Amino acid sequence: MRVVHYLNQFFGGRGGEEAAHLTPHIQEGAVGPGRLFEQVLGAGAQVVRSIVVGDNYAAEHVESLSALAVQEVQQCQADLFVAGPCFAAGRYGMAAGALCQAVKAALGIPVITGMAVENPGVEMYRQEVYIVDSGTQVQAMRDVLTTMARLASKLANHQAIGQPREEGYMPQGILRDGFVAPSAAERLVAMVYAKTTGQPFESEFTPPTFVPVPAPAPVLDLSKARVALVTDGGLVPKGNPDKISPYAATNWGAYDISGRDDLHGEDYEVSHRGYDTRYVEQDPDRLVPVDALRELEKAGVLGKLHECFVSTSGLANPLANSRRLGREIAEKLKAEGVEAVILTST
Amino acid sequence: MPVAKMVGSNRIVQGGGIVHVLGDPDLPQEEEKQLRHEILRRAFEALQHTADKG
Repeated sequence: MRVVHYLNQFFGGRGGEEAAHLTPHIQEGAVGPGRLFEQVLGAGAQVVRSIVVGDNYAAEHVESLSALAVQEVQQCQADLFVAGPCFAAGRYGMAAGALCQAVKAALGIPVITGMAVENPGVEMYRQEVYIVDSGTQVQAMRDVLTTMARLASKLANHQAIGQPREEGYMPQGILRDGFVAPSAAERLVAMVYAKTTGQPFESEFTPPTFVPVPAPAPVLDLSKARVALVTDGGLVPKGNPDKISPYAATNWGAYDISGRDDLHGEDYEVSHRGYDTRYVEQDPDRLVPVDALRELEKAGVLGKLHECFVSTSGLANPLANSRRLGREIAEKLKAEGVEAVILTST
Repeated sequence: MPVAKMVGSNRIVQGGGIVHVLGDPDLPQEEEKQLRHEILRRAFEALQHTADKG
């Protein structure tokens, strides 16, 4: 098996934080943990090329670095791309995840990395990339590499991959059908019994995890602030000019309200299939309260009502997609000088 | 509310109902607008105070 290995400056033996700006350094053969990885992968396995990059450089050049990794893997005709393990190193983890994803998407070969649960790379890439749970302790290097090697061999040989817990990788949020002897009712009662008697049990459905969002600082003086209205209730001008889907929306729209003191039902419609939209269609101020905010603006309670409101449909939307929409809307409003947002959610 | 809490929103104000967050069609128009003012007043209060949970 031919392997290309990605490492940061530290594990690549090029220095610590002072070397974080190191530009991509490519060398033949294995470096540092790559040597150990070669050993645990067993006979016939060879790390043919190592890519060593400083963490800051990687964080600032993810796209060109991804292209470089794809090119190197292709040139070497590698069968496996390995990044890390990164333990709790955040920039390293983010780069490792991005490169694994890029190589997998471009070339379709197995990719693998390792990180601690708290590494931001996990939340970002766990769905697409096998990330072995490395823990935070670098001393566990050999064990982590062994787990990575075992999983990588299975991937390379197209063997069935077991449950995350058995194989040691981060859950990817995939549900697989399987036959089990006890009925759902029996399993459920067993779980409730275990739970109420303090015994360990494992749920068959793990809800998505939400990364805590740090609270933005309060608005110091609202009477000087520019405030925008955002809604996930799907209010759009008649005709739905941006074709915002009534469920699993992939886009949002910004609609001008300058010069409007009140929103009228005849000018708008609602693209949302998750609630009874009649009341909002009768009077859109029930969702996007322009009438009241305009009065408060005139009374000087808020500095300025932003010239447009932003709308999308928040229904049956995968988390990753919702996050992207949120990020895009926030970037737009920030660039336009908005200091506070009231998001009305149905 | 439960969804907003679940996803970790920092500043949450209870509205007038899912299908009319900033209103109540059973109220006369002027009273309904008063309700909007009241909900927005609470939103403004939340915006001007430090959120207690990060």
